[in-house]
Amino acid sequence: MSALLEVDDLSVAYRAEGGDVAALRGVSLTAQAGEVIGIVGESGCGKSTLAAALIALLDANADVTAGEVRLNGRDILSLHEDARRKLRGRDIAMIFQDPMTAFSPVLTMGDQIIDFQQHTGLSRAARRERARQMLLKVGIADADLCLRRYPHELSGGMRQRAAVAAALMANPALLVADEPTTALDVTMEAQIIHLLRSLRTEINGAIVIVTHHLGVIGELCDRVYVMYAGQVVEEAPVDDLYHAPRHPYTRALIACDPGAIATRQGVLPTIPGRPPDLAAPPPGCSFAPRCPQADATCRSTAPPRVRVSDRQAALCHKVVP
Amino acid sequence: MSFAAEEITEELPPPGRSALGQLLRDPMGMTGAILVITFIILAIFAPLLAPYDPIHIDVRHKFQPPNLAHWAGTDQLGRDMLSRLIWGARVALGISMTATGIAGVLGLLLGLVAGFGPRWLDAVLVLFFDSFSSLPMIMFALAVITVLGPGIPTLILVIVLVSVPGYGRLIRAQTLALKGADYIQAERTIGASSARIILRHLLPNVVGPLVILLSMDIPVVIMLEAGLSYLNLGVGPPTPSWGNILYDGYTSLRSAPYMVIAAGIPLVLCTLGFTFLGEGLRDALDPKLKLRAAR
Amino acid sequence: MLGYAIKRIALALLILVVVMLGMFAMVFVIPGDPASIALGPRATPELKALLIQRMGLDQPLLSQIWHFFRAAATGDLGIDVWSKRPVLDVILEVFPQTLLLGVVSLGWAVVLGIALGCLAVIWRDTFIDRLLGVLSVSMISVPSFVIALYSLLIFAVWLGWLPAIGAGQKGDWASQARALILPSFAIGVTWIGYIARLVRASMLEVMGANHIRTARAFGLPETVVVLKYALRIAIVPTIAIVAIGAGSILSSAVFVETVFSRPGIGTLITGAVEKRNYPVVMGTVLFMTAFYLVVVTAADLLIARLDPRVRDVLRG
Repeated sequence: MSALLEVDDLSVAYRAEGGDVAALRGVSLTAQAGEVIGIVGESGCGKSTLAAALIALLDANADVTAGEVRLNGRDILSLHEDARRKLRGRDIAMIFQDPMTAFSPVLTMGDQIIDFQQHTGLSRAARRERARQMLLKVGIADADLCLRRYPHELSGGMRQRAAVAAALMANPALLVADEPTTALDVTMEAQIIHLLRSLRTEINGAIVIVTHHLGVIGELCDRVYVMYAGQVVEEAPVDDLYHAPRHPYTRALIACDPGAIATRQGVLPTIPGRPPDLAAPPPGCSFAPRCPQADATCRSTAPPRVRVSDRQAALCHKVVP
Repeated sequence: MSFAAEEITEELPPPGRSALGQLLRDPMGMTGAILVITFIILAIFAPLLAPYDPIHIDVRHKFQPPNLAHWAGTDQLGRDMLSRLIWGARVALGISMTATGIAGVLGLLLGLVAGFGPRWLDAVLVLFFDSFSSLPMIMFALAVITVLGPGIPTLILVIVLVSVPGYGRLIRAQTLALKGADYIQAERTIGASSARIILRHLLPNVVGPLVILLSMDIPVVIMLEAGLSYLNLGVGPPTPSWGNILYDGYTSLRSAPYMVIAAGIPLVLCTLGFTFLGEGLRDALDPKLKLRAAR
Repeated sequence: MLGYAIKRIALALLILVVVMLGMFAMVFVIPGDPASIALGPRATPELKALLIQRMGLDQPLLSQIWHFFRAAATGDLGIDVWSKRPVLDVILEVFPQTLLLGVVSLGWAVVLGIALGCLAVIWRDTFIDRLLGVLSVSMISVPSFVIALYSLLIFAVWLGWLPAIGAGQKGDWASQARALILPSFAIGVTWIGYIARLVRASMLEVMGANHIRTARAFGLPETVVVLKYALRIAIVPTIAIVAIGAGSILSSAVFVETVFSRPGIGTLITGAVEKRNYPVVMGTVLFMTAFYLVVVTAADLLIARLDPRVRDVLRG
């Protein structure tokens, strides 16, 4: 059976002076309709590039060096730009990280949300009415006022609700949320997570949530992909990941999650060292320089992908099935 | 998407050969370099290259359209246009390069004085720079010419006076920025003299931007020389200047249109050449200056 | 903001005073007396004495400076030596023509420049973008009076479509408009290049903003993204910075007015320079400097109001 979303061995490199930077190195993942998957990792692990690839909106200096992103069996990265544009906002929608800058400061919210429905072919009045309905649904009581306002006249939470509404109006097969709560304070974050959870049933397609925050993953996702240095190092259902993480990096990540440990220790644990230089990736395991269990094999030979169960796998020499 | 930016550390291109290589790889910079070199050759070897004496009057052969003997025709006094245009290159480049050269040196000195001198002197110089650059250039030029009378020395003086403030400001800004830098403070604490700091650190740092600014000003100066000569307020007859040749052509526009056409071509090619070269130099030497083009 | 405005206006006034002093110094530093230079070979002792008295050159220097400043402050720029009319009247008579020419030139330069800048952004990094880039640089570097001469030759002399000289008949709007076409074209070309480059640069900066990515992520057509979402923001600093170019417009106007024999500040001052008509030259220089300072100061304040980032750059 073919999944709704299939990312197959995707590699993306950024052209740069002094050599290309490999941002994604053979990433594979799948998502079924109705499923919520999470992509988690530190900043610089390639998750934002992955998000951009999922909505077929890579930067001009990014090259797809291998692999495909298939939506309903169709490779969206090889389509002509015009065809890709028509996918966005209809089959694919996105919620961005920073609601402060995600909307144009010189146009009203209504103006923008009406523009975002341009593919529907409805009249502006009809689109406005749709927008009003959707804003009410995401919990904005005075929808008409919100539509008349400029972005800076709204609170951060309101803006992010409006962003969610705009994405939902596309009724997309794939909804990508790139750090949807990172720029919000804790109360707002809880509200938006609550909102997204309650809206899960509204969305017929798959949802991909990209974040560095394990807490968000736990609240919202069915399955998780952990990324490190442009690779998926572990994939697992959420419960398995929390209770039986197999990759050393995943374990370190869970150990560092402030939500889990703040009450127990005075000092925040950290992972020593820093991610490798992706202009010249190491020959062996990318995590080896920071890994407490690494040996000579780890440093010289690329690790295998080891299946631990039919739904869990890790990219590590030390994992045994 | 900010991913790539996080990974790449900012690096300045090493100066010297690679900058030259970059200039030659850029088609616009290359075109500019070829044009500029051509005009420099024309200017230097004008006596050898010009087929006739540029000021020899031959009224029997006046107003001859371009032909085999006179490739660009002859003017109202029967002088060979091509020879006059080639000598015009010498006048245009001679005046503009002399004047910008003097202005560059003066600007460098005044900028250093403003940057390193006492505060009151800095304030006076800044006011001077600001006042001069607040004058509409053409008004200032005309005022000076009224007082001193037209001629090549006046023209050079005018160009120097209008260009110095720009260079002075640039050098002063660079000097002040450098004075605040940690490694200069460190040098000072171990007793380095101002002279050493200027020679070892400042000059190598300011030469690049100054050269770029000078090369971008040369076409402006060439235009000013030609324009004032066109108004009979610059280089006067019989000395050939592209500007006064254009004026001669203007007075016979209906009967001898080839004069204006022929005289415009070297002027346009020369200003284009210097502008292209300046753009190429700027891109090759200092990518950070790109946005400055606005002013 | 108010403090910045006061500082900026005070600086403009100070510059104006320095300019006036500078002009005074120029007249007196040079060897020989200005009256004989002004009169040239026609100088007779009687004429000279009359001119010296009329220019106030027989007074002590300090009192001359004082009189000059006091008169200038009340709008009295002296008397035209030849026509014996007040200089200010002479200037004000032709100034509207130059102002009109400048505004019209800039007007269509803004329209075309923005259009070309937007095209370059829509087709960025393609052949068209590079072509437009070379075209913009070329337009900036071609002298306006050469364009004036060439267009005069082609459109007025050869094709006979447009008038070659003058500013059109008084009261006849159509003929005045026709007389404006070629001169404003010659002045505007340079500015099309400038504005196209400026718009392209500030558009590309705006195009990197997050909200542009949002608009793209919702599949808006690129033309809508560029024209509706990016241009609105990019255009503000562009238009404000254009005002600073008033000085260069004036330079072009001086040459272009001469080519087309249009009445204006350019023909007024070049004629006065040739005749060594001091009061008119000095009055015009002073008037135009003041006008220019007003425009630049107003533009600075406008920019500071619109965009705090630009304000910081201008201060630095």
